[in-house]
Amino acid sequence: MARASVVRADGLTKRYGAVVAVDHIDLEVGAGEIVGILGPNGSGKTTTILMLLGLTEPTEGRAEVAGFDPLREPLEVKRRVGYLPDTVGFYDGLSARDNLAYTGRLAGLPRLEIDDRFERAMIRVGLPDAGRERVAAFSRGMRQRLGLAEILMKEPQIAILDEPTATLDPHSTNEFLAMIRGLKADGTTVLLSSHHLDQVQSVCDRVALFNRGRIALAGSVSELARQVLGGGHVIDVEVRGPGMADRLRHMAEVVRVQALGPELYRVACARDLRDEIARELASTSALIGLRFAEPSLNEVYTRYFDEARDAA
Amino acid sequence: MRREGSPLTGVGVVLAKEAADYLSGARMWLLETLVFLTAIGAAYAAILSIRATIGESPFLFLHLFTMAQDPLPSFISLLGFLIPLVAIAIGFDAINGEFSRRTMSRVLAQPIYRDALLLGKFLAGLLALAIGLVSLWLLVIGLGLLLLGLPPSGEETLRMAGFFVATLAYGGVWLAMAMLFSVVFRAPATAALAALGMWLLFALFWSVLTPLVSTLVAGPPDTVLGPNLAYLQTSQALDRISPNTLYAEIALALLQPTTRALGPVFYSQIQGALLGTPLPAAQSFLLIWPQLTGLVATMIVIFAIAYIVFQRQEIRA
Repeated sequence: MARASVVRADGLTKRYGAVVAVDHIDLEVGAGEIVGILGPNGSGKTTTILMLLGLTEPTEGRAEVAGFDPLREPLEVKRRVGYLPDTVGFYDGLSARDNLAYTGRLAGLPRLEIDDRFERAMIRVGLPDAGRERVAAFSRGMRQRLGLAEILMKEPQIAILDEPTATLDPHSTNEFLAMIRGLKADGTTVLLSSHHLDQVQSVCDRVALFNRGRIALAGSVSELARQVLGGGHVIDVEVRGPGMADRLRHMAEVVRVQALGPELYRVACARDLRDEIARELASTSALIGLRFAEPSLNEVYTRYFDEARDAA
Repeated sequence: MRREGSPLTGVGVVLAKEAADYLSGARMWLLETLVFLTAIGAAYAAILSIRATIGESPFLFLHLFTMAQDPLPSFISLLGFLIPLVAIAIGFDAINGEFSRRTMSRVLAQPIYRDALLLGKFLAGLLALAIGLVSLWLLVIGLGLLLLGLPPSGEETLRMAGFFVATLAYGGVWLAMAMLFSVVFRAPATAALAALGMWLLFALFWSVLTPLVSTLVAGPPDTVLGPNLAYLQTSQALDRISPNTLYAEIALALLQPTTRALGPVFYSQIQGALLGTPLPAAQSFLLIWPQLTGLVATMIVIFAIAYIVFQRQEIRA
């Protein structure tokens, strides 16, 4: 990794009695990266996040966030990290402004700066006129935006978002993802925990796949696809003619062929085989199109956990 | 392991926010109105009955607090009964409310320790209680000035101030108790029920239980030779476990200056004493010092237990 790491975990472990929630994980996140944290419920994602925030103590191992140890220097860590929990809560009886002014004062922001930062953050999250409204009247989408506004107000070095789009409709989700990209554009490092794999794939530079408290896989989606699906390159082939799937399957270095439609096939291969496929098919069939397809994180995830279940 | 920074970072911010919430919340308005109306009613009834005796007692203002006029109980009896309710209403959802609103992790993700949140909430609760009590105290004094036409003496003011501090400590015990239950139980309703259960135990059932237990431990209250001293001492020790007893004894000694002792007294001890003459304020304060210390210590111990339990909790909401 070329970028300086701002989050590092070495052998981080959390046990609750006999239950191992997080089992010796190693993680490194570079400055300005968006890293997705994936895994089924109970795989250790949230516990890892809480340890990185200094909200729970690791049983073993150590972490470093923005150059500080969350266990010994939690205040320094919290000054530099913005956290948006899943289903963020606010004081319903207070206005949006009063809610964020409270956490702003707790964060040590100067009183005079709070209003200014609040106005700017509310504009960025698309709630410019909602500052005086009571949060009780806010929809879930508005609450999530307000949670993000809180992070923006803090201007953190690292933002940790725990399933931020879990309760949002598709339109709000897309807007929220755009805001996450905006954080990266500001130079903020983002750790994004989510079950929505397509969303994670659309915004994350790398992902870490958690399983039973361990990081089972980590890297870019292409790297993960190479490890799990056996082919780092995925090519969509649009071709008309009989027996095309078999012909593609029998080509050298083709790992897997999946029929996506009557004339559309997804080919996973170890390297870029577009020229070879074009030559193979051009003579005997009507080749309509050939394009690179991003390997699907959903496919990687499903295959990995299917194989893990079979192995178990 | 040593943590960086002060555990008190953010206490002031939490205190200001929580005190504003407590003082402006509908729950507090309702309860304080109830306390105000009943207490003012009791004080007014006392004024009507002591107007006839002006000049007979040097402590008229203190009678405002202690005199009962049917059907109303005395001001101090009402406070002893209602202050725990107000304190429980403030504290029963202090911590679990943050979990159920899902604000806990958001707040603790700011650069503060948990210590600041718990202490800030506790101090805010005490401040809200103190503001309510001071207002009530000033109202009663104003009512007394208006209807009796006399100002309180220096000694009366001193005794009333001592009584105010004791009432605050008594409220603090119940506030700490309610906060402890709010830490232990995740459902605010369960915490409120548990705290009210403790209040009922000490307000109603404790005085029924202590004679039974004392008889079992020390024998019957009377023997052929006279009162059973072991029984009296056991009964008093058990009674004093209850914060209500400690508070009642403080109120008695401070607001009725003729009170010379708060336990069994032997003839040899009162030989030569001028019975019925008031004790100087300093002597009365000496008399209630163990009770006041007991109340403050109980408050601190309960708060410390809440603190330890809270420190060990997992923050996931």
